[in-house]
Amino acid sequence: MTIGTAGAQAVPRISYEKYTLPNGLEVILHEDHSTPIVAVNTWYHVGSGDEKPGRTGFAHLFEHIMFMGSEHVPVGVFDKDLEAAGGDNNGSTTEDRTEYHELVPSNALALALWLDSDRMGFLLPTMDLPKLDLQRNVVKNERRERVDNVPYGRADDVILAALYPKGHPYSWPVIGSMADLSAASLDDVKNFFRTYYAPNNATLTVAGDFDPAKTKTLIHQYFGDIPRGPVIPARPNVPAIVLPKDTFLVMEDRVQLPRAFYNWPTVKLFANDDAALDVLAAVLTSGKNSRLYKRLVYDMQVAQSVRASQESSRLAGYFQIDVTPKPGQNLPAIDQIIKEELQRVMTESITPRELARVQNSFRASFLNRLASVQNKADILNSYNYLAGTPDYVRQDAARYDRVTRADVQRVAKTYLTRPKVVLTVVPDGKREMMLVANGGAR
Amino acid sequence: MKVRFVSVMTAAVLGIVILQSTAIAQGVSIDRSHAPALGPPPKVSLPPIITRELPNGLKLMIVEQHELPLVDFVLLVGSGGTVNPSGKAGVANLTASMLTEGTTGRSSLEISDQVAYLGIGLNANSNWDATTITLHTPRFQLDSSLALLADVALRPSFPTNEFERIRKNRLTDLIQLKDRPTSIANQAYAAILYGPSHPYGQSLIGNESSIQSLSTGDLVTFYRTHFFPNNSTLIIVGDVNPAQIEQKIAGLFGSWQRGTTPTYQLTEPPKATTTTVFLVDKPGAAQSSLRIGGIGVPRSTKDYFALSVMNTILGGSFTSRLNQNLRETHGYTYGARSNFDMRRSAGPFTASAEIVSAKTDSALVQFLKELNAIRDTVPAAELLKTKRYLQLGQPADFETSQQIAAALVPVALYNLPLDYYNNYVQNIETVTQGDVQRVARGYIDPGSLTIVVVGDRQSIEAGLKAVNAGPISLRDFSGQPITH
Repeated sequence: MTIGTAGAQAVPRISYEKYTLPNGLEVILHEDHSTPIVAVNTWYHVGSGDEKPGRTGFAHLFEHIMFMGSEHVPVGVFDKDLEAAGGDNNGSTTEDRTEYHELVPSNALALALWLDSDRMGFLLPTMDLPKLDLQRNVVKNERRERVDNVPYGRADDVILAALYPKGHPYSWPVIGSMADLSAASLDDVKNFFRTYYAPNNATLTVAGDFDPAKTKTLIHQYFGDIPRGPVIPARPNVPAIVLPKDTFLVMEDRVQLPRAFYNWPTVKLFANDDAALDVLAAVLTSGKNSRLYKRLVYDMQVAQSVRASQESSRLAGYFQIDVTPKPGQNLPAIDQIIKEELQRVMTESITPRELARVQNSFRASFLNRLASVQNKADILNSYNYLAGTPDYVRQDAARYDRVTRADVQRVAKTYLTRPKVVLTVVPDGKREMMLVANGGAR
Repeated sequence: MKVRFVSVMTAAVLGIVILQSTAIAQGVSIDRSHAPALGPPPKVSLPPIITRELPNGLKLMIVEQHELPLVDFVLLVGSGGTVNPSGKAGVANLTASMLTEGTTGRSSLEISDQVAYLGIGLNANSNWDATTITLHTPRFQLDSSLALLADVALRPSFPTNEFERIRKNRLTDLIQLKDRPTSIANQAYAAILYGPSHPYGQSLIGNESSIQSLSTGDLVTFYRTHFFPNNSTLIIVGDVNPAQIEQKIAGLFGSWQRGTTPTYQLTEPPKATTTTVFLVDKPGAAQSSLRIGGIGVPRSTKDYFALSVMNTILGGSFTSRLNQNLRETHGYTYGARSNFDMRRSAGPFTASAEIVSAKTDSALVQFLKELNAIRDTVPAAELLKTKRYLQLGQPADFETSQQIAAALVPVALYNLPLDYYNNYVQNIETVTQGDVQRVARGYIDPGSLTIVVVGDRQSIEAGLKAVNAGPISLRDFSGQPITH
């Protein structure tokens, strides 16, 4: 059998230029002329974590409203003009930020900048209740399509509320609740825009095939006269989460098989143990040779799926394992195996091969992320905001190269022995299937 | 998130569309009241496709792309789920899955270990027309990863114990799919459109009884009947030297034995003559899944470009009529779309959306309105916008080696000319208002629609009846009539 040596293939640096306009807008430029397209990617440093009580889901609802026209761009023109130029666009919202992007042929860069600057500077003059009501309905349907009508889709609603204390910015899901979406008012839209949608709370990244001098002029012309907004309110300084004891929860759903979700509070993105926890997750459930997959899905064949991940964001993180038994298999027995395997990772070191598999896969994934200008633009914005500098891809990759077998053992012992939240989603009427303390079912 | 669409189009290269050209004036303040005038679109040329054929008939398509030290391979075997023997639905899919579950020299766990250790992607899958094995690899692992690709393609051993594991996995998948209204709707729609005796009426992954009845012998037979070099193309895109890679491929695949793939003839699917609403009850569903349409066209249709333009207008982009109406005007859904699924034989035409239960009837009315309206002459401006969207969006589809490899799959599979993408812009350009109307009238018949609705019967049935689109027929999750 042939096996290559897993030498290091260096992760290339993403070259860039960064500057700030007098109104506070950060600009990042990255040239890549290999394809005649340009990605424009704007991050507003506001997300669902900035929402007020009773208005969960608002940051994301607001994202939708940003596509409903602005003073010089009548409703509908945003998408029509971009499509007529051969472009595509979209947006997304997380706990920490809201992102908007366009991908256009290189001749249409000015169009994307015109559209983006108009909604940054001139959204409110044409904003009205019918626009809000329309996107409120669209977003409610988005929640139905992605959460309520999806098996196990509502699990996050319950997990986040149990994992984080009341009022913590991450204690509700980004999509929000139906009741809060119903409550959002036109005044909420105006206040949110005035508070957060200012150039001094945003970063504009342009990546791809463009002329830097001409592009700087265009950016100056389109964005330079948008007035700076008030000082952005600081997010509450949240302490690290410590749960006093294990919490066991149950939720009924229209499913045939139960699924258990284990959640341990851990550390935030880029914190010291964040990378080691990512590696631990892969050691447990990535590939047929991973610990939990091999035991539960491959060898014993009692589980249909098992997944682990370190879910880390700007303010906090948690480690999650979810497992779905095969029909007729019981969750308490699977729970026992999971405990055994976690114990084993804590008491014996993983093998060099296990670590190498994960590190090699991670390293390759960094290279893959550099293949498209759209992805590179998003990465530059992401590092700029979350790591403090756009120039972080090699440092990010190096975090994983530095993880040792002892680190993996240590983070398992440190975090997965702490109190946790365990949610069992059960078929309607089968609450007796829920996992409870001491490994039994109720 | 907003919702986005994948149009029926794949990709092309352009260079003929000239919009107004204006120089950018430095320092002059910008007039915001109008969209900026744009310069001419960039000239694009797809890197040339080098074609070779090994003595055993294996065709190679090679495209150099040196931006990153990565290489993408697609081994395309020209047989898929369409040729599943009768009663053996899912055999092509299981054969593909089993390729990475053991070879004469490597166990399932060894293959998985090497994929992770090499940091590569290696996946086998099948669709209706083909089985594909894709490999995504850093260049410096090329020799090891290519040897692995050749091993799983040429020397699979179909171990019984691994098959039993995969079988159990599939049977559980089938149970879990019944929890998903969208999956139920897709399967019921196909089953009703094509009926039980046509392969397209089955599921690619099979059904409970077919999966229970299969053995590794069925998979070996499928493999031995279809996996021939002269039934295959190897697509190679990325950081390679064409001469060197050809030599490596000849070394690894040269001894693969040529064979004769049987020809097959599909039966004619039944043709709907009236519109019927097929209602599948999913009690408590938060939305209704709508699938509306009929049997469409094969990929070989002469009307490909006209259909592409017509479908993009109807439901193939964000500003398409269906999405504008059902999402942006009425707020009934997070997104509505339409699609012609073109295969070797005529696949389905489907207009679809997930609709808030209370608006199921109103949404159906709007779907019917748009399916009728597309038969009228489309305004010139709408046609132009759509053509530019398809033409000018092409460069973005050829950015990465993975995208280029994917774009070559239909070229190989459907024998498209090698300059297909270079002529794409021109072919779209020639589509007229008359063409759009002709194909709309020819391929969308509002008088004989198959309408599948999966939702909460109790709350939606009365409204659906009142729409009066056609008689209501109650069906189970598989699309079969419910007998009382």
